[in-house]
Amino acid sequence: MNSGVRRTTPYRVASIIILVILALLFLFPLYWIVTGSLKPVTEILNPTPSFFPKEFTLNNFDRLFSKRTAPLWELAVPFSSQFSADHKPIFFSVGPTVPAAFRWLINTVFMAVAAMILTCITASMAGYALAKKRFRGRGLLFSLIVCAMALPKQVILIPLIKEISALHMWDNLWAVIVPTVGWPFGVFLMKQFSEGIPGEILEAARIDGASEAKTFTTVVLPMVQPGIGALAIFTFINSWNDYFLQLIMLGSGSNYTISLGIATLQSETSIDLGILMAGAALAAAPIIIVFLIFQKYFTQGITMGAVKG
Amino acid sequence: MSRELARRETVSAYLFLLPSLIFFVGFVVIPMLICIGYSFTNANMNSKTVATTFVALQNFVDLWKDETFLLALKNTFLIVLVSVPTVCLFSLWVGSAIYNLKGPVLSAFRCIFYLPVVTGSVAVTVVWKWMYDNYTGILNYVLKGAGLIDKNINFLGDERFALWCIILILFTTSVGQPIVLYVSALGNVDHSLVEAAKVDGATDIQVFWRIKWPQMMPTTLYILVITTINSFQCFALIQLLTQGGSGTNTVMYYIYVTAFKMTEQQGHFGYANAMGVVLAIFIGILSAVQFRLAKEK
Repeated sequence: MNSGVRRTTPYRVASIIILVILALLFLFPLYWIVTGSLKPVTEILNPTPSFFPKEFTLNNFDRLFSKRTAPLWELAVPFSSQFSADHKPIFFSVGPTVPAAFRWLINTVFMAVAAMILTCITASMAGYALAKKRFRGRGLLFSLIVCAMALPKQVILIPLIKEISALHMWDNLWAVIVPTVGWPFGVFLMKQFSEGIPGEILEAARIDGASEAKTFTTVVLPMVQPGIGALAIFTFINSWNDYFLQLIMLGSGSNYTISLGIATLQSETSIDLGILMAGAALAAAPIIIVFLIFQKYFTQGITMGAVKG
Repeated sequence: MSRELARRETVSAYLFLLPSLIFFVGFVVIPMLICIGYSFTNANMNSKTVATTFVALQNFVDLWKDETFLLALKNTFLIVLVSVPTVCLFSLWVGSAIYNLKGPVLSAFRCIFYLPVVTGSVAVTVVWKWMYDNYTGILNYVLKGAGLIDKNINFLGDERFALWCIILILFTTSVGQPIVLYVSALGNVDHSLVEAAKVDGATDIQVFWRIKWPQMMPTTLYILVITTINSFQCFALIQLLTQGGSGTNTVMYYIYVTAFKMTEQQGHFGYANAMGVVLAIFIGILSAVQFRLAKEK
């Protein structure tokens, strides 16, 4: 693929050296979180920083875990906040009390996975329809989607909160999930992938007497599978890190996501850097691991979304 | 008969679209309309005590007299004007330096430059706040060790530095996606044209600007648009690092403060939405200008 001979010019050598230095600089904040979370407080507060911890301790994590506690889970009767007297959900099962950070992690995983699954289902269906079906209103709908994508997402979040509180969904993880699913990037991405399905195959399925639903599940879905993989990982990471949305939609400690929890700790205990670094490590580790495992799909998703963007 | 077919096609298309449309219309289109509607009223967060009345363009008129807003707008434009070109040029350079490296090396570099995005804005800001710190920050230590400064600088508390510190963090969390895009665009450049130019004796620099650059124009346009939108929306960094102090207020942060935090106005909702509309208009104009420029070339 690459141009046959690779010459080693001084420019090439210099650029590789600069790249390595830049890469180290980009990795440094991450390294600083990890080592910071393992340093004792005295070492953290020392004006002469130690680049490598002189002493390892899990004390920061201990303090993080004992600072706040929450029940491990609270399962509410579906839609109970709609009809209960004070619009508070009615719980039928409450888990044992654990460090709040665990609850925050569970909340975040639940939120990201639910958003991911719903987005993949709705976007793959809509993307297929937009790419392969000719119907009235198609052009209008598609331009609406493109316009909405160019709009700053945060601008609609402020009015969104009015709508969410009118629906009694405020301070509920679903209040974060539904706007994420509504964001039209997924539909756009799946339309791009669905364009590649040959019309003849769909025609053949129709002649064989397959129903629309059957055609979609047995013919379309297997063909757009790489697209769904890309969309899944993309939605998961974006929803995990969508701090502004979580900030305005969630209000009570037991419904916090991990990002929100750490941000709250920061405003409460800005002096105790040890706790903050432990929290940051806990918030960043799962999502980085997920990214590293699925990064191939991720790259593909970013690239496909930009084609004809 | 064919009409019957077209009707069935339309019905089945909308059935496929229905689940997605519920979420899209319900939680994107309706809030957009609410935003525009409320921007012409004096709506309050606690609208039970104060009646919502139609005030026409009063909010927009007030905005142009609001010094806090004008300063926030100036800061926002400064962030956009600095970060968009630097992000684009940096990612173009990194992209062209790594795209023909061997597979695993290429992915390693791509991953590393993407990591700050994945880490999440909260974890990133928490650690940068420590690195910028007045007493225990490593940046002060390194600069002092190198003899560049005599005494510690309070980076985030000083009006001369705070905004630039935020732009630097924004930069590290913005270059990931453009690099991935440029690497794939450079890989897709028509190879026969490059070979032909080389046979004709073109230098590497000529090949880059005359052959590869025009072919990457759609990618560059996309990168410009997404980076502009991202920079306009700079929020988490401000909220977590300075709370808009030290001359770092931005429009997005001011919207948030006006809607949720300002005590004397108790959540001036209509005013906040008017700012949102103004921001959306600016982004729309900039995107249109970028499209125009890219089309001409």
